[in-house]
Amino acid sequence: MRVGVVDYDAGNLRSVETALLALGAQIVISHLPDQLLKSDRLIFPGVGDAAAAMRVLKSRGLDRAIAQYVRSGRPVLGICLGSQIVLDSSEENDAVCLGLIAGSARRFAAADGLKIPHMGWNQVEPTASHYLFNGIPTGASFYFVHSYFPQPGDSAAVIAETDYGVRFASAVCRDNLSAVQFHPEKSGPYGLQLLRNFLEHAP
Amino acid sequence: MLEKRIIVCLDVRDGRTTKGIRFKGNVDIGDPVAMARTYYEGGVDELVFYDITASSERRSVMLDVVEEVARQIFVPFSVGGGIATLEQMRNVLLAGAEKVSVNSQAVRNPQIIDQGAAAFGNQCVVLGMDVQADDAMPSGYRVVIDGGRTPTERDALQWAHEATARGAGEIVLNSIDADGTTNGYDCRVTGIISRAVSVPVVASGGAGTPQHVAEVLSEGYADAALVASMVHYGTYSVADIKRHLQCVGIPVRLDGIP
Repeated sequence: MRVGVVDYDAGNLRSVETALLALGAQIVISHLPDQLLKSDRLIFPGVGDAAAAMRVLKSRGLDRAIAQYVRSGRPVLGICLGSQIVLDSSEENDAVCLGLIAGSARRFAAADGLKIPHMGWNQVEPTASHYLFNGIPTGASFYFVHSYFPQPGDSAAVIAETDYGVRFASAVCRDNLSAVQFHPEKSGPYGLQLLRNFLEHAP
Repeated sequence: MLEKRIIVCLDVRDGRTTKGIRFKGNVDIGDPVAMARTYYEGGVDELVFYDITASSERRSVMLDVVEEVARQIFVPFSVGGGIATLEQMRNVLLAGAEKVSVNSQAVRNPQIIDQGAAAFGNQCVVLGMDVQADDAMPSGYRVVIDGGRTPTERDALQWAHEATARGAGEIVLNSIDADGTTNGYDCRVTGIISRAVSVPVVASGGAGTPQHVAEVLSEGYADAALVASMVHYGTYSVADIKRHLQCVGIPVRLDGIP
């Protein structure tokens, strides 16, 4: 099992790498479309700014490569910023994003007592049956660090929700593409279980 | 609902975990990687490593510890202690830490916060603050640096505002008066800072019982609580603390806790 991890200068890829290695996967971290298109699974992790990330993806031809990979039907997983840039757009610096799932990324509204970013462990409640959550109880906690969240245009794209003042989509999917707003690589045993589900899923 | 985090702090000197009282008299209490693994398996939400290695030549020992921890522990962890340059921040993050904590060096050169936030994102830059009660200061608390040895002219609240404006994504607030005493956190200063800033505040210093942790998370408005002595010496486990918090209605992550 060879997992391609998209390197687009968005934050630290090290923790995703070590979690995948602990699960016995072979990893190819690359910014080269050809390398990534050859892998059995594709992950695009990331923290940081949506507009900056899109600029790097485009300059390396990775926007087209990701779209091509998604069309191939092999499983794709976005993490954190990866769950926002699969949408049409983001409020973060008015970024135009990949448009693989209809919708936009919204910023948390500053409300009473709510600190932004949303940082820490919060409960994830699957709203649909999805292989990513096999063996993971409803309401299991995952680690979040983010100020924007995905808001798909079609509620059928939402596969899990989380409550932080507002109920937001903490996991989304369309066909073989799924994306989580939290960090499974830093979410303890259930996070590793989610990554294992992604690796072991036979499309 | 966002859960309150229980964070275990490990002071590392020359590759070994140590613990002192009011920053003095440190004794060896174990291998940091093995301890981190045990806490991970016991349900800790996050770990903090402070490098209190005296000589700068031994810094690579700390990076080895960070790399080993990153390979085995799948919860967030941060590293602090003597970090003064962007290069040192980068090394710690590349070794596998999620966050770096700056303290004395940020007081001397506040721009390290701006630079770190610009290079790695606000969520990567933690401001560590050691404070001491002092009626001469506007907020009633003075910032002290160099591991509690050097008082500064900075007011704790003013510094918290400035550092977050510069891009610090979290504050670890340590009360020197309470540190290592196990008599309870300073809920007063924690509340002053936590209610004034928009970033999460981690309370540190003084935890002795699960009740102390509950107090600082409620009356002290802390977003997370740092514990050391009370768990290092086996008086309580992370599970004991979390079960107590659950009992008194504070939301915590109970996954994996019996």
